[in-house]
Parts: sequence; structure tokens; C-alpha cells
Amino acid sequence: MSHHIVAVEDLKFNYPDHTPALKGLSFTIYHGESVAIVGANGAGKSTLLLHLNGFLAPTNGQVRIGDSLLTCDTLQEVRRTVGMVFQDPDDQLFMTTVFDDVAFGPLNLDMTPEEVKKRVEDALETVGVTDLAERPPHRLSTGQKRRVAIASVLSMAPDILVMDEPTAGLDPRARRRLIELLATFKHTKIIATHDLDMVMDLCERTIVMHAGEIKADGRTTDIFADNDLLKSSRLEKPLRMQGCPACGG
Amino acid sequence: MCISSRIDKAFYDIGRLDILALADTPLHRLDPRAKLLATLVFIVCVVSFGKYEISRLLPFSLYPAVLIGLGDLPPGYLAKKLIMVSPFVIFIGIFNPWFDQTVMFTIGPIAISGGWVSFASLIIRFILTVSAALILIASTGFAPMCMAMEKLGTPKIFAVQLLMLYRYLFVLIAESLRIVRAHSLRSFSRKGKITYRVFLQIAGNLLLRTIDRAQRIHMAMLSRAFTGEIKIVRQFSFGYKEWLFAAGFSVIFITMRSADIAGLLGRLLMEIK
Repeated sequence: MSHHIVAVEDLKFNYPDHTPALKGLSFTIYHGESVAIVGANGAGKSTLLLHLNGFLAPTNGQVRIGDSLLTCDTLQEVRRTVGMVFQDPDDQLFMTTVFDDVAFGPLNLDMTPEEVKKRVEDALETVGVTDLAERPPHRLSTGQKRRVAIASVLSMAPDILVMDEPTAGLDPRARRRLIELLATFKHTKIIATHDLDMVMDLCERTIVMHAGEIKADGRTTDIFADNDLLKSSRLEKPLRMQGCPACGG
Repeated sequence: MCISSRIDKAFYDIGRLDILALADTPLHRLDPRAKLLATLVFIVCVVSFGKYEISRLLPFSLYPAVLIGLGDLPPGYLAKKLIMVSPFVIFIGIFNPWFDQTVMFTIGPIAISGGWVSFASLIIRFILTVSAALILIASTGFAPMCMAMEKLGTPKIFAVQLLMLYRYLFVLIAESLRIVRAHSLRSFSRKGKITYRVFLQIAGNLLLRTIDRAQRIHMAMLSRAFTGEIKIVRQFSFGYKEWLFAAGFSVIFITMRSADIAGLLGRLLMEIK
């Protein structure tokens, strides 16, 4: 396997009404990297993520995952390599029990029932929800749903995890536990988010998007130190990098 | 009660059947297929009686009663569910007494017409069949039941449709609940009443949201290597207990259907006297 794992070259995408959504993005993400994609609402983050899994076909440019160029022929292989965690777990958990949901991917990959069972148990254990296996997903809390959604992707043993707003809607403790969990993963991670404090914990590299373009791509600490860049991209410094409003420190 | 809190309640109520299905009793442990088969035979037997039949229907109440005992199910809750659906049946049968006024028998000075008898028969059948179906779901859970249907030969596409329908019923209710709530928050003078015009908008909105969600779900399925067929691992074991349950109850139902047990018992009692 080559050492670069996600390569996007001059990616352009227009909506069917010809409104440009992505205006020529290029970047390469290497094996084991953890990269945040940040930007204002409507900057094109979600549209970009949908290209990494072949849900949207680029108007121009190309996406390369591992050694394969993303085309109709490589779609299935790419989707196994890239595990996508959706923003709303209710979209992701469509089966009637947690077990069946986590087993969905492995079953489609034609594994034996024993192997599927092992995969499901391992995935549930990794995210710490083994006791929820027989529960219907709609009766879980948002935090539990999010963990199960991640398990449902882990069970396919992807190399790359793509996540859209993984901490949205979580209470502070659930958020903290999720961040700790994600930090233990060895996968290449691509995380689109507004939670810049999480970015500081998880991602050494940040890509800033604005109006369909990449405005900056570099070390997280450098990017968050650049006030002008943040301001022009409609972002703010992570809370922990801001002065203390109570003590003025 | 206002509209939104009624929907709220319905929401939690449907979920309660799922919770009941999580219990661990002899009835819950049976293979769903056994329960499904016995319930089907039960329903066919009950429904196939003539329209004036009452006395021969009564022994069939044995089945729901035994199952409630075996499965440790709350009879009060099931009764409430029955009452909730009952208006439909009452509406179907309520005109019988007008159309069918031939006197069947008299109790003292009161003449009972065929219409009233058939109405009563209809209600009893409704109580028996619907309670059997409710017990089936409360002791099995919806998902295992769909899988049992599939194992018993229902086309896979129907079983899967039913599964998905059940899964998203809750999401759809929650979604409608949010819209209705948002509406009632800003409809002061109307007290949350939804006019026809607004209803159309809400329904349209719900449809669009549903289509969007369907698209996202489809993407989630595709990203997990979905190729058009939903596969489920589930071990079913049809052992001697299942045979005993399904065959035993079927024999009892068919006997009660073909022989007049109630009458027989009655005559037996009379002779002893």
C-alpha cells in the first residue's frame, strides 16, 4: 500500500443548478493522520465528505483512496476502506436492534455468521456498549446512538474513518468520553466539525474551508493562532485559546 | 388533552410493547415462529365462525388468558390498547341492530334482535384476535416477528419493508411531534388547532423531510456495502417446546372450532344435575 491514503486533486463540484459548491480542492492525507475540516456553515464540508465515499461524483478532478482511483468499479472497495459516520445517528442506525445494525456491514461483505458475531462483539466492546446489543436503536440516548453508529462502521474494519460532526448534540461528559475513545483509534481520521476544542485534542492537522475553497491547510496550532484567517473564515479561536473572561488572564 | 401531548403519549406507548418484549419468561423464550403459527391458527378459527356465534367463541379466551399468565404481561395495559382501537370495530358493527331486526330470543320482556347478537359476536371476535396479536408482539418483539415471518416463507421484501417501517415509525412520530410542537407554540388564539390549510403544509413538509432522510439512510446503507438484499443473522431453534406449543394450541383451537365445547360442558352439567 502506498503511504498516502486519501488524495484529492483539483476537485470541483457543481450542484445540478450549476451553483458551484467546491471550487477546485487539492490535498493529500497520509496514513494514520488525523485531519479536521473546519469552516462556516455552507462552506462545503459535508459536500466534500460525500465525495470521499463516492456518493457525489466530481464535476472535475479526482479522488484517490489508497491505490485506487474512485470510480464506479472501485466504489465497493472504497466504501469498505472508508467508514463514514453520519451526523444524525438516526440516519445511520436503520435496523431494529443494535446487534443487527452493527452486523449489517459485515453481513454484506459475506462473512460467516461466526465471524460476523465476533466482529459485532468486538466493535460493541470497543465503543463500550456491549450491554445494548439487543436494544432497539430508537430507545437509546443520543450519546449511546453515536457510539453504536461508530461501532456499526468499526465492524467493517475500515482504514479511514470519516466523521461529520461527531460531538454534535452530546452532553459535556459524553463528548469528553467520545473524544477519549476517538483518540484511541489508530485509523486515519477525517473529521468535519465546528467543535474546535475537539480538533485541538484529536487532530494535529486542520484544513480550513470557506465558500467551496481551501483557505488554509496546516498544523492545527498554527491555524488557530492566526486571528485574521479565523475571522475571514467566520471562525473563532477554540475556547481554551481565548483569554479568561472572568479573571482577564 | 392537547394535540402535542397526545402524540407524545402515543410515542411512549408504542415503545412500551418493545420493553415488554425484552422480558425473559417461558413465553418470551419460545421461538417466534411457534407463537406466530399458533396465533394464526387461533385467528383463523375465531374469524371463521358464523356471524351469530357467541357461546362457542367464549372458550377461545383461554388462549390470551394463558399467554398473559405465561408471559407475565400486564392485562390492564393490553386492555387499554384494545379500547384505543375499539372505535373502528364499533363503527363497523354499530348499524347491525338497525339492519337486522329479526328477533333471535327474548330475555324476560326484552327481545334481542339478530343485529345485537351479531354486533356482540363481532366485538368478542375483535377482542380475541386483537389481544392475541398484541400478546404476540409484546412477548416477541416486532423485529424477531418479522424475521419469523420471513423464515416461514413470507417474501423477504415484505418482511424487510415491515422492519424498516417499524424502525422509522418512531423517527417519523418524533419528527411530526416536533412540527406540531413548533406549530402550537406560535398558534396562540387557535389553541393549537391545525387548520386544513396548515395541515397541508405540515404534511408536505413532513414528506419532504422524509424523502431527505430516506436519501441519507440509503447513503448510510450504501456505505456499508449494501447491494440490495438485507441480511440478518439470527439463530432460531424450533425444539420440542415449540412443537408442543404450536401443535398443542392448534389442536385445541381446531377442536373448539369443530366441536361445541361450551354446549358440551353445559349438557354435561345438566346431566349430572
